Amino acid sequence: MSTVLTHRQTVRRPPRYRLRRNLRETAALAFAVVLLIWTLAPIYNMVMVSLDSKGDVFSNDIWPAHPSLDSFWIVLSEGYWYLEYFWHQFGNSIYIGAVTTFLTLLIGSLASFSIGRLRLKNGWIVSNAALLTYVIPASFLAIPFYSIMLKYGLANNLWSVIFAEVTFATPYAIFIFHQYAVSIPMELDEAARIDGASPIQIYLRIYLPLMAPALVAVGTYALLLAWNEYLYQFMLLSSTRSMTVPVALAQFLNSDEAPWNYMMATAIIYAIPPVAVYYAFRRRMTAGLTMGGVKG
Amino acid sequence: MSAGSVVPAATGPFALRRLRLPGPGHLHGSDLVWSIVFVVPYAALFTAFVVYPIGYGLWMGSDPALYAELLSDPRYVRAAVNTVLFVGLAVNVEMVLALLLSGFFMRRRRWIKALLVIYILPWTLPAVPAYLSFHWMLAAYPQGLPNNLLEALFGIEGPFWFNRGWLALGCDITASVWKWMPLWTLIFLGGRMAIPQDLYDAASIDGASGYRRFVHITVPLLTNLYVISTLIAAIWTFGDYAPVLFVSGGTPAFESEVISTLGFHYALDFANPPLGVAAGLTALPILLPILILLTRALSTMEVQL
Repeated sequence: MSTVLTHRQTVRRPPRYRLRRNLRETAALAFAVVLLIWTLAPIYNMVMVSLDSKGDVFSNDIWPAHPSLDSFWIVLSEGYWYLEYFWHQFGNSIYIGAVTTFLTLLIGSLASFSIGRLRLKNGWIVSNAALLTYVIPASFLAIPFYSIMLKYGLANNLWSVIFAEVTFATPYAIFIFHQYAVSIPMELDEAARIDGASPIQIYLRIYLPLMAPALVAVGTYALLLAWNEYLYQFMLLSSTRSMTVPVALAQFLNSDEAPWNYMMATAIIYAIPPVAVYYAFRRRMTAGLTMGGVKG
Repeated sequence: MSAGSVVPAATGPFALRRLRLPGPGHLHGSDLVWSIVFVVPYAALFTAFVVYPIGYGLWMGSDPALYAELLSDPRYVRAAVNTVLFVGLAVNVEMVLALLLSGFFMRRRRWIKALLVIYILPWTLPAVPAYLSFHWMLAAYPQGLPNNLLEALFGIEGPFWFNRGWLALGCDITASVWKWMPLWTLIFLGGRMAIPQDLYDAASIDGASGYRRFVHITVPLLTNLYVISTLIAAIWTFGDYAPVLFVSGGTPAFESEVISTLGFHYALDFANPPLGVAAGLTALPILLPILILLTRALSTMEVQL
């Protein structure tokens, strides 16, 4: 492209060309405005309702008459009976996210190390089995999963949700780790082996440090998956104290007189961490985006 | 975003078998033990939380009477039709638009890059808050942001969006497209960036217009990525209960339910979990062919790259 462009740029353009280019530029700008409105309308609505001091969604205004940050303060200080356990629930979300991330990285990296580096016999069966989990819609498994959690005695326990999230995040971890590990030369392992290193030493001292970028990408993915998931958290956690924020948020939906501004403020506060994490690790996450995304 | 990193990633699962490094046929005794020890955590997880629930689910939904009950329930029939509409429309609309938008985002302007950063936002938001915002935007009849805008801009009184099943389902589809289109745009953008610029330059010299360059270069080279993405999106959208559950909530009177949400209602609200499982299982005849197609598309992709 560069050669063609520079060549063209040196040629003086006829006015008609310039007119056409300006028209195109204007059309692109107009399109960008439409796209912005489309993208931001629901987010704008969220912000607008959260800033409304009366907490009314039934209003004719396009901007609240008396914007205030009170509702955010109410949420942060747990000043409404629905939000009594907000920080506790937020803590539950963080706990589930952190443990899910850790276990996904651990189990996924161990399995991919075994398949890829230790050349586990018939290891492809493991990776194809993982593919199966990856493509089964998680929501179709929810009902039997719930029955089984009752049998395991894990109902209303944060660990039941953690197991569910790890189950659905690990296949992706195995794919990405396996693919990334191909770029790490086998000679490193062999050299370490000649020096007398055991497989566990190779795993800890060679494999994991060299896999750091993949660990970051998959870790981010697992964290976001756990943060975004609703269904399993809703089915498996029933008491107010063991609930996570999305489950508490959805409860607002079932009550007749919901303070919408508190709900939207909670929604915004809950949405900030994943957005921040995503933008912080954006470049790392694009590796393997195609197979990843965020599974619904 | 680096272009190369995105597209090859699509070979993921199927690269596994081929990329296994040629090694000695037999593992040393202790290595074999280690290799098994390392895979045990995943095998245990898989057995306890995938094999067992699948088997249990199949057992729960094994009674043929359940399917007769489903077919005689008008709510189920409606939900099945809705599911096909929901998946078919949401996936195709978001894919076609994402393909076109990825071309728009290829423009080398700084403001386009800034726009892309904002445009990704819906995908990064957690589903529940985003869809709840949609819900209250649309449910606040006669107010709410879209209706207020219609009133302010065109002086039309907006409809009550959840008053008719098809309109409510349309809202769910719109919300789903809003949430997922950015992801697929990013993926197609990565695919387009991996196409060598020389091809376009050569075509331009031969006098090909923008449209013809798109049809004869971009389309053939992105076909595989497009097909794979569409199949994956179809599988995800099949299982995606969130837009329906939170945006329309199935209103009015179960007219905008899909199979996945109706399954929960059977299991939780009507206390009939086997019926809920059976509803989910009826999606298998459609899901399995998609799975097989996906497997085949993934294996040809590897050859092409």
